[in-house]
Amino acid sequence: MSKLEAEDTDGKAIFGFWVYLMTDCVLFASLFAAYAVLHNNTFGGPSGSQLFSLPFVLTETLILLTSSFTCGLGVLSAYNGHKDKVVAWFSVTFLLGASFLAMELTEFSHLVHDGNSWTRSGFLSSFFTLVGTHGLHITVGLLWMVVLMLQVLRRGLGTSTVKRLTLFSLFWHFLDLVWIFIFTIVYLLGALKI
Amino acid sequence: MNKKSRATLIAIPVLGLVLLAAWYLQGTNIPVLEPKGPVGRQELNLFITGLLLSLVVVIPVFTLLFAFAWKYRESNTKAKYSPDLDGSRIAETIWWIIPSILILIISILTWNSSHQLDPFKPLASSKPQMTIQVVALDWKWLFIYPEQRIASVNFVQFPKDTPVDFEITADAPMNSFWIPQLGGQIYAMPGMDTNLHLMASQYGTFNGSSANISGSGFAGMAFTAKSSSPDDFNRWVQSVKHSGADLSQQAYDKLAEPSQYNPVTYYASAQPGLYDSVIMKYMPVAGSMSGMGTP
Amino acid sequence: MNLFFANAFLGKLNWSALPHDPITIFGASTVVGGAILVPCLLTYFKRWKWLWREWLTTVDPKRIGVMYIVVALLMLLRGLSDAALLRTQQATSVGASHGILSANHFQQIFSAHGTIMIFFVAMGLMFGLINLIVPLQIGSRDVAFPFLNATSFWLFVAGMLLVNLSLVVGEFSAAGWLAYPPLSELQFSPGTGVDYWIWSLQIAGIGSLLAGVNFFVTILKMRCPGMSLMKMPLFVWSVLCAMVLVIFAFPILTVTLTLLFLDRSMGMHFFTASGGGNAMMYVNLIWAWGHPEVYILMLPAFGVYSEVVATFSRKRLFGYTSMVWALIAITFLSFSVWLHHFFTMGAGADVNAFFGIMTGVIAIPTGVKIFNWLATMYRGRILFATPMFWFMGFVVTFTIGGVAGVLMSVPAIDFQVHNTLFLVAHFHMMIVGGAVFGYFAGITYWFPKIFGFRLNEWLGKKAFWGWFVGFLLAFVPLYILGLMGATRRLDHYDASLGWQPLFIVAGVGVIVVLAGVGFQVLQFVVSIMQRQANLDTTGDPWNGRTLEWSTASPAPFYNYAVIPQVTERDAFWAAKQAASDPDEEPAKPRYEDILMPKNTPMGLFIAAFAFAFGFAAIWHIIWLAVVGLFGVIICIIVRASDDEPEYYVKAAEVKKIEATAKEHYL
Repeated sequence: MSKLEAEDTDGKAIFGFWVYLMTDCVLFASLFAAYAVLHNNTFGGPSGSQLFSLPFVLTETLILLTSSFTCGLGVLSAYNGHKDKVVAWFSVTFLLGASFLAMELTEFSHLVHDGNSWTRSGFLSSFFTLVGTHGLHITVGLLWMVVLMLQVLRRGLGTSTVKRLTLFSLFWHFLDLVWIFIFTIVYLLGALKI
Repeated sequence: MNKKSRATLIAIPVLGLVLLAAWYLQGTNIPVLEPKGPVGRQELNLFITGLLLSLVVVIPVFTLLFAFAWKYRESNTKAKYSPDLDGSRIAETIWWIIPSILILIISILTWNSSHQLDPFKPLASSKPQMTIQVVALDWKWLFIYPEQRIASVNFVQFPKDTPVDFEITADAPMNSFWIPQLGGQIYAMPGMDTNLHLMASQYGTFNGSSANISGSGFAGMAFTAKSSSPDDFNRWVQSVKHSGADLSQQAYDKLAEPSQYNPVTYYASAQPGLYDSVIMKYMPVAGSMSGMGTP
Repeated sequence: MNLFFANAFLGKLNWSALPHDPITIFGASTVVGGAILVPCLLTYFKRWKWLWREWLTTVDPKRIGVMYIVVALLMLLRGLSDAALLRTQQATSVGASHGILSANHFQQIFSAHGTIMIFFVAMGLMFGLINLIVPLQIGSRDVAFPFLNATSFWLFVAGMLLVNLSLVVGEFSAAGWLAYPPLSELQFSPGTGVDYWIWSLQIAGIGSLLAGVNFFVTILKMRCPGMSLMKMPLFVWSVLCAMVLVIFAFPILTVTLTLLFLDRSMGMHFFTASGGGNAMMYVNLIWAWGHPEVYILMLPAFGVYSEVVATFSRKRLFGYTSMVWALIAITFLSFSVWLHHFFTMGAGADVNAFFGIMTGVIAIPTGVKIFNWLATMYRGRILFATPMFWFMGFVVTFTIGGVAGVLMSVPAIDFQVHNTLFLVAHFHMMIVGGAVFGYFAGITYWFPKIFGFRLNEWLGKKAFWGWFVGFLLAFVPLYILGLMGATRRLDHYDASLGWQPLFIVAGVGVIVVLAGVGFQVLQFVVSIMQRQANLDTTGDPWNGRTLEWSTASPAPFYNYAVIPQVTERDAFWAAKQAASDPDEEPAKPRYEDILMPKNTPMGLFIAAFAFAFGFAAIWHIIWLAVVGLFGVIICIIVRASDDEPEYYVKAAEVKKIEATAKEHYL
């Protein structure tokens, strides 16, 4: 394949991935809309201000933001062709992402244990679904990272692998952005009883 | 057979069909076109106005379609052929502007009529307004008269020229409360309380139905609405009061169980606050761990 | 939660899930019969290898397009059978008689009818034509993501199979094609019906979403040199706009279906009547998707009309720029009208009026398009081939339906006709008269390009008349019935209402439509039998204007041996006019190696696992759901690890193919 064709393929893939991210944006927007409609429907049960721990969520947020940073460093290393650094930075990213997920699952299990599961009220249904969908995307990202790292280790940093790392980083940063919205709209505004 | 006689052969049965339809229809009851109340009448006037305005576009479209198809058909070599004629500022201006003007007129009608015919808006009348509460059930309509303290199933009566404020809810999936001869419908939803203002300007018996599917018995949700003289209405209220049955909470719970094609039933007394309690069924009970009525 | 683990292996499956009334048993038998017959035929004619190589693993959008249309036409037969049953019921279920169907069965049939017609017939025909024609029209060899394209198609098939499986095992939803809660919640729909509805749409919907992304990128990134946006054929513009709608609207559907499923399966309270749910939110969400959806169906059909009218009038399309802006206006506006589907829910006068006005506004660019088509006919030299008949039928029915639409855009009028047969007549005239007639026009127009021989014109015209007359007979009475107070979806009514004669006329209409369908089937059969006598040897049977007509019929799998260079609109027409000396040898083209994607079964496998997951989700079979989910994930990883998904077609091979310019399908 000529170099031009290869670049063109990469350009198409990246553009296509951006378009996909836009659809994911609409998906999350719909979940946010549902949350906005239902967030006061506590049906006699607890509201966000009674359930959310801001320090806990702040920790989660910092972990995720850091993981975005390390992901960025990983991609830079990829552009510079440093295979070992790529694996290192993405391993850190993976660990941070997994920690985020672990914290989220802990928060969920506490809520369920206390009788405040997704069946309790419309508010809790929308909370678990919105935050849970983000967590599901994080899970997919973690799996994607593992597959990518295996590809890097086995085949090195060819053009297609670098392209895939770029696409992954777009995905990971996007999830970061969505989390910032969740942090603000769900946790911050919820805790402040707005 | 040449084209002219073939066209005639088709036109005759089509015309015949249209005439047959017209003859049949003038003998039937078309409630939306024969309103018996001010709301329905105003809605019909809008319908006719809109239809006439639409003809401003429809007539040119059909005329041009058939005229061009005929004149510019391939076999008509006399017609002018301009293969590169692909634009005209004048033409574009006309058919962007004129429909826009029409839609502007319709928009003004829309704005005004949406407010004028707002189902929540009480109707002006010399007579005082009366309230009738409506509960959509599986699969019948319950009418509660809070002032008269009676109730009925699948039958509602009110005096002519009296504005009625229907307060509507449901203890069933989404339904739609509709008496076509008097005016438009509104959705009846569980846990919600909505209003529809209607009035009859003539005596008569009108058909009512549910206009939104709510399960297998939904087709049987026909009810009758009757407008009568005030004296007739009072007599009817009295007769219901002597009908015996009492719409207690227990009786209501029994009634709310699924049943189809219910006959008209009367209740001599209706528990006060019953309508509100139906709505409250869907709200959280204060201090409880789980809500009532949750599937 | 106990229900969930009731039976670890079979979930909720048991013998009572099989059909037990004659009509359903008949329907199930056709499905099962077809599922048995097709493999038998393949074995008998020793065509398994051919099927696998040429169709199941293909990534050629021309092949995928054919498959979409075949599936869609089969589903049309299913949807029309449903319609025939509905009309029969409503013509006979009066007074003492309750017709041939129970109320619940009737409700399942109209729910299936609507679901199938929109998601599997209209969407299928649309994506079919898009696959067949868009790459050719933009001078490209393929779509942007060929593997994703195949996957989209197989996901569409998976959804289609789930709907039809509901005939055999279990039941279908009885809550209408949009399944409003609370009726669609577990309390009022405890069976598997609504879950079948959810999962067949969810899977097919993801296929559509991916296809939307695919064609959006294809059109923006893969046009041949010189083809700027304002030189694209209008069909491509209409597809671009429709794909924008898909990209923005389908994620809303994905979310809404998921939320309803979460309510039903995990006890959540998004739309429940109690527990803090909000059924009205469902109505808003589903129509926020639903209204753009009807424009998704409509715009490519408009694109077809633009191609057909210009070609058969032997004239340039009138008002190209105006038409493009009309498409763009419709695209934007379609997101601002959704509430007109529920004026009667009680949002209040201000909100109702706003959406009513926006609905009226969207009629303006739509009307502009009709006038531009008429102006294209003006001073043309019109050949009334079958596609032009479909166009004429479209203008008549769409205009009538459009008037009804403008009337209903006024909330106060809508209050009297909402959810009546007046509404039903309106939307059928828009979708059938607008979209379906357009796709029929497209199929008859582009058939020679795809298969290399022409369709029988005489039978095609008979088919049109059957459809057109039957359609008017079936739906004009419904306008009157609506005004007579007939709500939609009634399985029975009182004799005193005087509705029966009109229902009988409508029933006759369906019979006439079926005669039209009979002629369509006959047209295909006869045309195939007579194909040798009707070969398209030039590649340009209609004296076309756009690039697809510059290839052989059928086009070679790589579309263009040499990517065309374009300098103006109607590029092929311009090239034909410019070709001065017919005896002069055209310049010898320089052939190069062509990079093409390899066939792959992964799309099929992903969809098979998705189907398994959907079935498992419906019947609460946990192990199967896990298998399905993991299967999809592993297939994706395997595919992503494939470093050589493409191969080269050598220049010598290209030269040989161009010389013979013929390819055999059958």
